[in-house]
Amino acid sequence: MTDVHFQRMKDLPSTHLLGAGTAMCAGCGGLEMIKEVYDVLGENTVFVNAAGCMTLLSVYPFTPFRGSWLYTAMASSPAGAQGVRDALDILKANGRMTEEEDLEVVVLSGDGSASGMGLSATSGAIDRGLDFIYLCYDNEGYGNTGQQTSPESPHGARTATDAVGPGNIGYKKDLFSIWVANKPAYAATVVGAEPLDLARKIEKAHELEGPRLILSLAPCPTGWGYDPAHTVEIGRLAVKTGVWPLKEYVDGKVVHTRHPGKRTPVEAYLETQDRFRHLFEPVRNDKVIAEIQARVDAYWAEVDVDDGTKA
Amino acid sequence: MTRALITGNAAAAWGGRLARMDYVPAFPITPQTEIIETIAKWTERGDIATRMVMYESEHSMITGAGAAAATGVRVFTATSSQGLLYGMEMLYTVAGWRAPFVLVNVSRGLASPITLEPDHNDIMAARDSGFLQIHCATCQEVVDSVLMAYRLGEDHRVRLPVIVNLDGFYLSFTREAVDLPSADAAAEFLPAFDPQGTEFRAGKPVSQAVAVLGGGTYSYFRYEQHLAAQAALPVYDEVAAEFNDRFGRLHPAIESYRAEDAEMVFVMMGSFATKAKDAVDRLREAGIAAGLLRPRLFRPFPRDAFRSALVGKKGVAVIDQNLSMGMGGVLHSELASALYGAPDAPRALTSFVGGLGGRDIAPAEFYEMAHATLRAAETGETPPPRLMYTHSELREMRKLQAAAHVERHEQDIA
Repeated sequence: MTDVHFQRMKDLPSTHLLGAGTAMCAGCGGLEMIKEVYDVLGENTVFVNAAGCMTLLSVYPFTPFRGSWLYTAMASSPAGAQGVRDALDILKANGRMTEEEDLEVVVLSGDGSASGMGLSATSGAIDRGLDFIYLCYDNEGYGNTGQQTSPESPHGARTATDAVGPGNIGYKKDLFSIWVANKPAYAATVVGAEPLDLARKIEKAHELEGPRLILSLAPCPTGWGYDPAHTVEIGRLAVKTGVWPLKEYVDGKVVHTRHPGKRTPVEAYLETQDRFRHLFEPVRNDKVIAEIQARVDAYWAEVDVDDGTKA
Repeated sequence: MTRALITGNAAAAWGGRLARMDYVPAFPITPQTEIIETIAKWTERGDIATRMVMYESEHSMITGAGAAAATGVRVFTATSSQGLLYGMEMLYTVAGWRAPFVLVNVSRGLASPITLEPDHNDIMAARDSGFLQIHCATCQEVVDSVLMAYRLGEDHRVRLPVIVNLDGFYLSFTREAVDLPSADAAAEFLPAFDPQGTEFRAGKPVSQAVAVLGGGTYSYFRYEQHLAAQAALPVYDEVAAEFNDRFGRLHPAIESYRAEDAEMVFVMMGSFATKAKDAVDRLREAGIAAGLLRPRLFRPFPRDAFRSALVGKKGVAVIDQNLSMGMGGVLHSELASALYGAPDAPRALTSFVGGLGGRDIAPAEFYEMAHATLRAAETGETPPPRLMYTHSELREMRKLQAAAHVERHEQDIA
């Protein structure tokens, strides 16, 4: 592993590659993340997209990317990445393409595809040791269709399909651990609100070969119900409360890259969003708030305060 | 050229080998598996420079095939039946990428009930996908058709993926003597893959398969695809003529067997048509001027060729090895549409469904179809579509039902 390029905020790229004027909602946390990721990965990339919000980034005849793009379908973007990667390797191996013409192959998918419909294709790509980056913007629901409950919707959150009553009764799926259990080359969680941590992880992932996961929390103003101006603040709160642990899996172990020593209570995060409003109004639901807090506490109880490793 | 005694599946693999396929995304399914096992053996031994990768499903396999073709390599893949349907979303999707490759489908009936034996409902389900379709009746045709399919699909006027279809079991596992073109001759017929700008390279950014907004933009691209498929008709004839010049084997869009001077003509696809050939010979011996038309090219549909081959005939019997529930045979509908309004169109166009799930079509059934069709031509009354089933089959079925009944009610009886 080479030395980390990005030591301070001022080391982050000052010119930005991603074009403006996309169809994403104002304050989109997914787009915030992609913009930061793209500055590090650069234009020698091909994004292999799964059906989701980001499919509307490239609408004929416009694209915000300076590099390449291939839309596939909801269930099989890792398979599309496999086909592109294999073809590039074949072309290089028989001299039909130079090493300089090679591309980093990046799956771009939402959580609905990453943790649900597309999980089989992801599993296959990991089995085959595919050399690719899997970039997931996790907005904790089927965002593009109006925020229905997905495998990544958190417990207690109201969604378009859990719009009344207690909200989602399921629990957020641990996609990071599914990847880590299969020993990928790299896996990391990021959030756009922590750009330095993100840039370091993207740089690290870019230098490695094999299956690499970048799992980003993607605060979603329209789906979660908050003012688009608060995307960064909510992203930071997700980290400070410990709801969204920033961590990476490298060299066989999981290490937390931020350890919120004194965590802010989760309700500070929950009460910023309409999807959790029913936990506070008209009457406060202490039971569910305490359960969410207890799950976060239990997670962090297993994290070593000194070195950030997880038991 | 070498002459080899090989199965239809091996012939399909040889087609890909002679086409110098760069990449084979694969997933096993009966009765296609022998194709990918053959290719795997060749790649493992280093006989060919092809890269083969096992995917975890046909949906992914077809995605990977399209993505690799869109990156600029020559791709071969194969599936059957449920696999073709599992990948159906991606058939439609990758066809629109206009990145040609060849998919061999080894036809097998569809669930339910689940079966291993052949019919054409799987391939008919891919009818509107945008893939071109070539249907084979012999092992020789399989290897030749794969080579021709690459030429056809890669032509700059076409740029579409092509399915080469062969019947499971009857052709996939039947050994026939096959002339295999030499590698050099195949290379002269089929030049190196030319991506024609459809590729991914650093420094040459391109967005492929992007979304569109609005029906006008959508329709434009869909019409383009349809026009390209239609353009494949004359291109196919060119390719077939050149193939014939080089290899001495003509594979026309529609194979015609004793049909020129026939009064009644059978129309059917695939290897079961060889049974119809035999029936034609016997009917001729009995004084009935029968003939056979077998479309090899099903998409694009050779409408004009059918029209000119069938005008003036008394009757046409279409035998469909598929069943569109609530409508009938697919090929029959297509022929009716092709012949409607044609001057001097056949007086009778009858419909028969047979050969489902590998069910045999006996010579006596062909005679009955011929007579029923000629009768319809004379009386002007076309009988309703007929689902072929014999008394002895029904008798066997009743026995199975009796056994099932006994099993179900065993406890009651005891």
